[in-house]
Amino acid sequence: MPTLIRWNGQSAQTVEDPFTHAADEMPTPRGDVIVSMQRFHAEGRRLLDEGRKVGVRVEANEAVEDIAADLPRIAVVALAVPKFRQGQAYSSARILRERYKYAGEVRMVGEVLLEQVRYMLRCGVDALEPADGATAEQVNHVANRFRHVYQRAADGRAPAFVERQAS
Amino acid sequence: MYRYDTIDREMLADRVAEFREQCQRRIDGEITEDQFKPIRLANGLYLQLHAYMLRIAIPYGALTGEQLRKLAFIVRTYDKGYGHFTTRTNIQLHWIKLKDAGDILAHLAEVGMHSIQTSGNDIRNITADPHAGATADEVDDPRIWAEALRQWSTFHPEFSYLPRKFKIALTASPADRAATKVYDIGLRLHRDDAGELSFEVLVGGGLGRTPYLGSTIRKHLPVRHLLSYLQAILRVYNRHGRRDNPWKARIKVLVASLGAEAFAREVDAEWESSDQAAVDLPDTELARIRAAFTPRNFATLPATSVSFEAAKKADPAFARFARHNVKAHKVPGYAIVDVSLKQPGETPGDCSAEQMDAVADIGERWSQDEVRVHYDQNLILPHVKLDDVHTVWKALDAAGLATPNMGLITDIIACPGLDYCALANARAIPIAQAIAKRFADPVKAEAIGELGIKISGCINACGHHHVGSIGILGVDKKGEEFYQVSLGGSPEADASLGQILGPALPADKVADAVEHLVDVYMRQRQDGERFLDTFRRTGMAPFKEAVYADAH
Repeated sequence: MPTLIRWNGQSAQTVEDPFTHAADEMPTPRGDVIVSMQRFHAEGRRLLDEGRKVGVRVEANEAVEDIAADLPRIAVVALAVPKFRQGQAYSSARILRERYKYAGEVRMVGEVLLEQVRYMLRCGVDALEPADGATAEQVNHVANRFRHVYQRAADGRAPAFVERQAS
Repeated sequence: MYRYDTIDREMLADRVAEFREQCQRRIDGEITEDQFKPIRLANGLYLQLHAYMLRIAIPYGALTGEQLRKLAFIVRTYDKGYGHFTTRTNIQLHWIKLKDAGDILAHLAEVGMHSIQTSGNDIRNITADPHAGATADEVDDPRIWAEALRQWSTFHPEFSYLPRKFKIALTASPADRAATKVYDIGLRLHRDDAGELSFEVLVGGGLGRTPYLGSTIRKHLPVRHLLSYLQAILRVYNRHGRRDNPWKARIKVLVASLGAEAFAREVDAEWESSDQAAVDLPDTELARIRAAFTPRNFATLPATSVSFEAAKKADPAFARFARHNVKAHKVPGYAIVDVSLKQPGETPGDCSAEQMDAVADIGERWSQDEVRVHYDQNLILPHVKLDDVHTVWKALDAAGLATPNMGLITDIIACPGLDYCALANARAIPIAQAIAKRFADPVKAEAIGELGIKISGCINACGHHHVGSIGILGVDKKGEEFYQVSLGGSPEADASLGQILGPALPADKVADAVEHLVDVYMRQRQDGERFLDTFRRTGMAPFKEAVYADAH
């Protein structure tokens, strides 16, 4: 089971991941599952009716708009980063949080590296499956490395122009 | 001029600390070279042919004397005593050691400078009209908006892993001195029918392998919505730009494949569904930035200077400098003075530590402590009293910086080319030097008049060859350097892309070819036409015939 790191807006913690990623060709495992968008559209209602929590994996080339109507029933949106250089998921995360006010878990999966974590958290991500063994302690460190930010994103941090108004 | 406040300075301090840590993690083997690469690139550190190159950002090309002196110190201490100003108004140091990079960044941070996002697939250094705040033809000071964009784009959490690099340029003048039509986003400040300031937004321009001029996707964007509208453009690009092929990944390819109108509709839909008020700057912050650029220190002077006029009459060499390197200022009694980094025989854009110190002194004393970098790889003293121009000229001349050739045939743009760059197919600098030497006689250069030669050592087009009156592109033919010549390009308000003259030429034939082209122009030109005008009138045929006559 890969390490899951949760971010509560202040600090990071390593937690047990209650979800199982179910690849399309796999039979549905027991318990809470994360399935592809395609499988969710085909089987989501049944999976939910079974009383479990369901997450949806959104690939880099897929649009979160396609699960917008179902978001209230989706416990986790897992945004896939196939290569750390592929940045579509940053936009997807912000759209989930800012446009759809999605309050469930937004998780980054795939090639999730410590050096990208700061930006992921700013975009509203609150769970990470690091591919490079990054620890919660390291995540805390990079998350708080910069005292200021210049722009609003999905993390509620006050940008420089707000700090300046206050001073 | 904008000075960094505590927040800006702490941003840089945190960045330096971060980079030192990242370097240590690389040294300790915690991260691989493949993972470290985007980190060093996001700090402008490239591995080139012979050494690391550090590209330092100069936002909207603006420098103070203190900053220039710091650059002089850095090139003396950590490099070979010179730097290279680029067509993106950055400065590159070509002989850096990785172990020194953290210290260099710390030195830069002391004077509010950095190398943030001078590489990588992110929003790069913002460029603007180098005459900003000094020219009468602007509707507003574009630096205000460039500074707003600098802050907004710095460490942007959503747009740091774009499909490809992303460049934004601004102008507030109908005479486009920022090449806004060949940028990913070009922003032109103008007034709408009601007299309100607005941006014409151009998207999808660019040079490189597939050159395009930008398309206007919005004629009048209210200035207060600049950031939210740009967020919408960048978001559409980040989500839909191609990532399968780096040659097809720039926004110009997305705009061309969708069509500008369809692209604009996508942007509008995104923009309308976003929380604009959260992204756009409040009026208080805009006012704070605007105040930093408020003109001050201008004396009340007569529009003409007796001493300036007398000096021109007395000294033909100074008169020539005044004709080519001195431009009108919006304030009576002042001038904009061009500092040439194009002395024939030297590398275009190169500037020694001594020259940096000299310009720092001159700028502090006679130009209100402001120096600008122009994308044509020259420097500018934006606020010189006409009474002081002769003194400034002598001081520049003593430093080898007074070549009277702005816009002339020896004012050549050239990328570093195969002498430095790992991407290049051919050298650019020796070609520029050979051409400049042919036309080194300032009388001859002046007789030819405005003619922009632009040389790139490869298809990436850092030397802007597509928009040269004469463009020269280095290509590799079975291991030999050849040069493809194109004619008729322009980066300015009359922007156009050059057309290829004919088969590529060997290196030793390029300067000859330029002479032939100039001869044709001199024979054909009518009443004060520039080379570009004559070419546009006659077309390619006479030029082609002259260059390839030998081959027939």
